[in-house]
Amino acid sequence: MDYCPHTKEDIAQMQAFIGINSIEELFADIPEKFRLQQIPDMSPALSEQETVALMKMIAGRNKLPRLTFTGAGAYAHYIPAVVSHLIGRAEFYTAYTPYQAEISQGILQAIYEYQTLIARLTGMEIANASMYDGASAMAEAAVLCGKMSGRAKILIARSVHPEYRRVVQTYAWANGYGVQEIPFAASGQLDMENLYNCLDENVAAVLMQSPNFFGCIEDVTSVANAAHAGGAFLISGFTDGTSLGILKPAGDCGADFVVGEGQSFGNPLNYGGPYLGIFAAREKYLRRIPGRLVGATVDKKGRRGFVLTLQTREQHIRREKATSNICSNESLCALAAGVYLAALGKNLRKLSLLNIYKTQYLKARLLQLPGWKAVFSAPVYNEFAVICPNSWDINKKLENEGVIGGYELTKDYPELGSSLLFCVTELVSKNDIDHICRILK
Amino acid sequence: MKLIFELSKTGRAAADIPQSDIPETDIASFIDTKYLRDNLDLPEVSESDLVRHYTNLSRKNFGVDLGFYPLGSCTMKYNPKINESVAAFPEFTSLHPYAPEAFAQGNLQLLHTMQRILCNLFGMVEFTLQPAAGAHGELTGVMMIKKYFEQKGENRRIILIPDTAHGTNPASGALCGFETVTLRSNNKGGVDLEHLEELMGEEVAALMLTNPNTLGLFERNIEKVAQIVHNKGGLLYGDGANANAFLGKTRPGDLGFDVIQLNLHKTFSTPHGGGGPGSGPVGVGPKLVDFLPIPRIIRKGQELCWSDNFPHTIGRVRAFYSNFNVIVKACTYIMSLGAEGLVRAAEMAVLNANYIKEKLKPYYDLPYDRVCMHECVFSGRRQAAESGVHTTDIAKRLIDFGYHPPTIYFPLIVLEAIMIEPTETESKETLDEFCNAMIAIAEEAKECPQRLKGAPLSTPVARLDEVLAARKPDVVWKKA
Repeated sequence: MDYCPHTKEDIAQMQAFIGINSIEELFADIPEKFRLQQIPDMSPALSEQETVALMKMIAGRNKLPRLTFTGAGAYAHYIPAVVSHLIGRAEFYTAYTPYQAEISQGILQAIYEYQTLIARLTGMEIANASMYDGASAMAEAAVLCGKMSGRAKILIARSVHPEYRRVVQTYAWANGYGVQEIPFAASGQLDMENLYNCLDENVAAVLMQSPNFFGCIEDVTSVANAAHAGGAFLISGFTDGTSLGILKPAGDCGADFVVGEGQSFGNPLNYGGPYLGIFAAREKYLRRIPGRLVGATVDKKGRRGFVLTLQTREQHIRREKATSNICSNESLCALAAGVYLAALGKNLRKLSLLNIYKTQYLKARLLQLPGWKAVFSAPVYNEFAVICPNSWDINKKLENEGVIGGYELTKDYPELGSSLLFCVTELVSKNDIDHICRILK
Repeated sequence: MKLIFELSKTGRAAADIPQSDIPETDIASFIDTKYLRDNLDLPEVSESDLVRHYTNLSRKNFGVDLGFYPLGSCTMKYNPKINESVAAFPEFTSLHPYAPEAFAQGNLQLLHTMQRILCNLFGMVEFTLQPAAGAHGELTGVMMIKKYFEQKGENRRIILIPDTAHGTNPASGALCGFETVTLRSNNKGGVDLEHLEELMGEEVAALMLTNPNTLGLFERNIEKVAQIVHNKGGLLYGDGANANAFLGKTRPGDLGFDVIQLNLHKTFSTPHGGGGPGSGPVGVGPKLVDFLPIPRIIRKGQELCWSDNFPHTIGRVRAFYSNFNVIVKACTYIMSLGAEGLVRAAEMAVLNANYIKEKLKPYYDLPYDRVCMHECVFSGRRQAAESGVHTTDIAKRLIDFGYHPPTIYFPLIVLEAIMIEPTETESKETLDEFCNAMIAIAEEAKECPQRLKGAPLSTPVARLDEVLAARKPDVVWKKA
């Protein structure tokens, strides 16, 4: 099946109009020796029915778990039915970037509302229209701080998601910045003592997450004060966005930038993408931040309308002097987040509480098992780290029951030994928790 | 139309939360209250209000499903519905990225198959599917170039960028610490070979070339261009934004490109979602394989799995693996088209563009009058000179005729540029009607220029005050 509507007669008429005898003449600029005769190893066309059958077969090789207890940067949450229905409106999802404002008021207003929702949630003054994901949002924020400060060192908490740290490392290397890790204290929070020692006049920014990768809630205010005292910016992220329903946002704790993964807001797990990079900042950095911004304005009759604004920051205008190279972002994921947040409204707090209760219940149950110990003492949101007898065996046991267990911390944190990071969301019931505790007994 | 915040009324919600099956406890017993927020300022709306709000917003938005969208360089082809249905399979949507590989063999097979197909289709040795969008792919490609020279111990700090290039090219170079130098085009719209010879030196890491370029023209001297770059030890980067023009016709790897990024949301029909998500796979030739981002898929016995074990890698460019669900759509599309469908897509895309070019040539200036590939670029300078009507006015007037305007004022080397990319999924009838509208507008420009300057007349808002938006930025709503 292809989607070309051309009949033989259409093609003949069009060729005649152009003045050619064959389509091949249109490709005459491609040097003869480079013309491809046949795409190697390419299968023939399939009907729609055959395509579906093939893709079903591939999908069927996946095994869906009955339960998932892994979070670690991607979170299984219930998505209200309205989300897929509304973002499934073809007027939204088959549109390009809203370059022509008059016929794009729908997505423009939706993004303006998204920016407002994110600013309020994160306690910041402004937010952009989205970045690729939480990791790239953090990396771009770090590069921006390097450029703004003229300083060449980035400090990043070791309790930040290991993959985010790798991404920051990549972006920093490309821009000639050094990255240094700040260890975590016995509480699981950032080691303040060490931070003070590392802060010097060459540090552009301090990067952290709260909740951090271990689920621990950080004392963002103290870190912000320390960073600022050292003349550095504070970039604070978070792991599960739903924590913002209850936790004090980093914006209220003095962070200069709040970046994070917005997948939790109405976007499916999708095996890792597409996700949603949240980027929020203090207003004074409005003209420096990367990514698209939608602004409110008026038309000549004074009616409110929305446009892409401050585009002189962007690559299509400013080219090599742009604040970033980002062009396509994650608009539809941002739309999903907007619908999700508007749907929940104040119920987001209830959802956060539900996550906490369930997490505390699993934690208490697991710690009753012989040989299981909590790794950290700091308060947590919906994830917690445990030391357990043999993490690999435990996960295998759960896998055999169709359950994805905790994230194995050992590979990123060998210093923790045999340890697992468990996550509980509202999708897990008390019965489920009792069930896995029976398996593990 | 009201904002969602203006619809809010205390006590409403469109989504409810289940009762806790675990006894509720005082939150302060778990978390010190200093870590808790004081207020949560989110709108409170009923489900019907919410649905009407977003549905009404959607009605103020124009997508491919509503009509012709000839936005040059963006390849706004029809987004097949079957792709959406397949991508919504729960097996694809609901798996956690850290699910054990034994649970994810279907996903891994799909990604692996996609890499192999792209290698065959573009003549590259290996592909990474990691980058989240075209510009992200560019950045990844440029990082690999940087790493390549770092390994060789060569200090090359310059990247050459043709004056026709997308803005993302110089911006990607800059975000990777390179200095960018502009390469001139010749009067035929191709690379000025003499200028390239002159600029190409030991300090130049790469030339970033879009082929066909943003004028819709294939670089006839591509062999010579590659030679000049390679002879000086440089690398040739291919921006694959316009890959729709040559699917199955030629392969960048054969043409001498060392690295190329694709845009699955252009060439392979995945919807652009009002700005994203996209997907920007990067293909490499033999020189750059070692530097690909991690993780990469490897085979372990019968199973496919992820590996970080590549010592020369540039590292990670994002968390997790790719914009996976976008790749599912692109893969479905490729499987459905098959070999003959891919070639036909390129052929009909090029036929459509040349048809429009010939039809409109008498009415609009055509700065480069030669066979074009997937798009054609006109200039509105005649209308500007004769009636004071500018390309913006022509574009805005097209909206009244029911079309999304073409890309305008790009590429920068064409005055008053009008860049039209019809794509292969549009019929002759659609093209004829569109051309009739363009011709009618050319007439209106002469007879009634004021109508064009006042356009669009049919939209919920008229032209918006962009100067005000930039001078007094209002990017977050505040209660009056």
